[in-house]
Amino acid sequence: MASTEFKKSVDKALQNSNLGGALGRFSEAYAVARKKAYEGIDFEQLRGRIAAIKGYAAEHLDELADQFTKAATARGAKVIRANSPQQVKDYISNLCREKGVKRIVKSKSMATEEIHLNQHLIAQGLQVNETDLGEWIIQLAGQTPSHMVMPAIHMTRDEVADLFSKEIHERLSNDIPKLVKVARKELREKFLRADMGISGANIAIAETGTLAIVTNEGNARLTTSLPNIHVAVVGLEKLIPTWADAAPILVALPKSATSQQLTSYVSFITGVTSNDDGSMKDMHIILMDNKRTEMAADPIFKQALQCIRCASCLNVCPVYRLVGGHVFGKVYTGGIGTILTAWFDELKKSEEIQGLCIQCGNCKQVCPGKIDIPALILEVRRRLVKEKGQSMTQKAIFSVVNNRKLFHGMLRAASKVQGVVAREGFIRHLPLFLSDLSEFRSLPAIADKPFRDVFDTISQPVLPRKVAFYSGCLIDFAYPGMGEKLVKILNKAGYNVTFPKAQTCCGAPARYNGAYEVAAGNATDNINALLGEDVDYVISACPTCTGALKNEFIEVYESLGNRDMLPKARRLATKTVDFSTFVKQLVDEGKLTFKEGRSLGRITYHDSCHLKRTLHAEKEPRQLLTLAGFELDEMFECDMCCGMGGSYSLKFPEISKPMLTRKLANIKATGAPVVAMDCPGCVMQIKGGLDKDGSPVAVKHTVELLADLLE
Amino acid sequence: MFELFKTKAEAVSAEVHRFAGKDQALDFIKETFRKEGVADTPQSYAVWTDCPFLKGVDKDELAKEFPGLKFNVTRDLAEKAKIGVTQMHWALADTGTVVQNSTDPRERLASSLTWIHLAILDTGAILPDMTTLMETVHPKDAAYLALISGPSRTADIERVLTIGVHGPERLIILCIDDLGGHN
Repeated sequence: MASTEFKKSVDKALQNSNLGGALGRFSEAYAVARKKAYEGIDFEQLRGRIAAIKGYAAEHLDELADQFTKAATARGAKVIRANSPQQVKDYISNLCREKGVKRIVKSKSMATEEIHLNQHLIAQGLQVNETDLGEWIIQLAGQTPSHMVMPAIHMTRDEVADLFSKEIHERLSNDIPKLVKVARKELREKFLRADMGISGANIAIAETGTLAIVTNEGNARLTTSLPNIHVAVVGLEKLIPTWADAAPILVALPKSATSQQLTSYVSFITGVTSNDDGSMKDMHIILMDNKRTEMAADPIFKQALQCIRCASCLNVCPVYRLVGGHVFGKVYTGGIGTILTAWFDELKKSEEIQGLCIQCGNCKQVCPGKIDIPALILEVRRRLVKEKGQSMTQKAIFSVVNNRKLFHGMLRAASKVQGVVAREGFIRHLPLFLSDLSEFRSLPAIADKPFRDVFDTISQPVLPRKVAFYSGCLIDFAYPGMGEKLVKILNKAGYNVTFPKAQTCCGAPARYNGAYEVAAGNATDNINALLGEDVDYVISACPTCTGALKNEFIEVYESLGNRDMLPKARRLATKTVDFSTFVKQLVDEGKLTFKEGRSLGRITYHDSCHLKRTLHAEKEPRQLLTLAGFELDEMFECDMCCGMGGSYSLKFPEISKPMLTRKLANIKATGAPVVAMDCPGCVMQIKGGLDKDGSPVAVKHTVELLADLLE
Repeated sequence: MFELFKTKAEAVSAEVHRFAGKDQALDFIKETFRKEGVADTPQSYAVWTDCPFLKGVDKDELAKEFPGLKFNVTRDLAEKAKIGVTQMHWALADTGTVVQNSTDPRERLASSLTWIHLAILDTGAILPDMTTLMETVHPKDAAYLALISGPSRTADIERVLTIGVHGPERLIILCIDDLGGHN
């Protein structure tokens, strides 16, 4: 559970309208600009190449570091391999002493932020100036970067004017071009007088010993050219094998980072060049490990070394845009920042920030390094739980969830005494629903009769084919009507529906809380139940559950080394299909036909995170609704998370609420009388929100809309 | 290729001009010196690094015409110059980028400390893209390879695009179809 202090920092960020406004506008603009920047480029192919190059590099860090060292040394640079942050700091301060360095200029380097190099050098009496405008601003403010690419994105022009005024002892207005000119003038002096320039590098090419540095302002050119000593602090993960390998990274990085085709400046520096006084550059390249080789040896986390530090995972994150980097991160921020913090800092430093991830999958979709960031964050969570154990409350919850009879018994009991037990008792902690958090949304009543009981009352004709229905907790206990509609539709297509009664919670809540043993227990119960009958398919109308059946059971077993269960888990995975994909398939096969000539008016569609980004079904429900006779009216940010995120909305209601507010505004802005979606969790969140608003917009699961429109 | 290059370079606020030969380009450069008030006073100098374009150009004559024009590029002169003239070696069409082997530090002084960078380019040296550049140039022949796309820029304050932070405010690219002889 998040500490009070952390919760306070979240609240404070949420109440900061400057921050929310700036980040909100940025994320909206970024989505559009990024798309434009990648026009005409096969992004999947491009990131496939980058992932292959960086993935190979991660597996050959030592070899590449040696190769780089040889090549750069041959070109006159001194290359040092430093394992710890302290070694880097000592090397640089010793060098300063030895060479009589007094003044240092720095161009942007996250590696030096990571080890808090400035503080160390300043404590040695050295004058250190950041020269990237954003970095200089936060240096003057005494802060850490709130974004990896735009370090001062959280600050307003007024705040910058105040900082600069203090620095130059002159009252400045908030005119941005004028403020930029002030920075140019102030920092130009520092460049010209500096004894040492410290830079990072975006790429280190092993074959040639080359550093590639990407900037827009031109400060890296000056940092690497004007002072006679150049020190580059380079994380080992920046290594790539060959000169040619740099091209795809340089194609993707500017587009993903700032939606530019290319930054204003890219410099390839291979060894020493002469200084403008005729002497040769004194060049030191520090290859910094700081747990990177340890990370490379971890079969799961080595993937994180594929990061090219574009920060696009921050730019598309619905949580980052609400709370910003000073809450969501330490030095490295957002999704990838959580993972890097857990490693480069320490696992427990990520304890609070990892909880901010709602697992919507936006970042995974845009990552040019093809890193499964949400999965790695879950792994951080799992390891934290492994290290620290579950909290008492969570232990109690999951001991219930892991016992189907008890779990379902309690849900049934809750339906009888809703409002009393549900609000006061411990039952409110049960996954997904029963929360007393109805402040920003109404919550559905627990059905008098769960679907598992309703099912027995449904009479089905005898049909040639058979599928099993996996309802998931929400349809079973809150929305049994959705299950009834599903049976009706599949009967029309010639399928009998069975409902294996031993099915239970899909394990997603446990998995999302790092309780993998519990998730594995759920998986085994469900596999035994669902494979117990001979069916053609297993159909679910909840994308989170479908994802669990298709992918996560396997992942959980693999993660726990439970190989015995894998064949069965794989068999279930191949049989499992989400509702809309299955129905679209039935329509294509001619097993289902829509009634003709229907004109049903306008509808808008909300993409549920797991349907779009885990199951990749975004076209199917839209096609079905259109075939049925609806006129589709797309909302702004149709695939942005509604803020439900299962138990997330209980853990961070303060974040869930503004996410929902945005979603509701986007729905209403279309003017469509109906919003459709494919996830009962989204239905619960959005219906609850619209209801609380008194909005007349109807919220429907696609399954509810289609049943009566088919022949 | 030139058209794509021009479109992309202009999209990042570079100014692109095309000339049939050196004479026309030189006229343009002189015109720019006049317009920008190049004079023999600090902050009004122009610096011009030695380059193939200057072969056959009477530098003394030029320096006489523009007393603020310096061919011996030093840190101090570049810092006090309004204009820096350098010759590029390649360009990338798909990003509107000019590329120079800037191993000689004077090339960097002239193109990074000044307010206006005049970049001379052989129109025929425009390559399609980054991948082709990596196939064309090898770092063994260039210790400092500089890629420049438009003027210096920042968006670090409230994401407002602002031109001319640490580098030039203007990048003027002069594409010359016939540079005359080998270069």
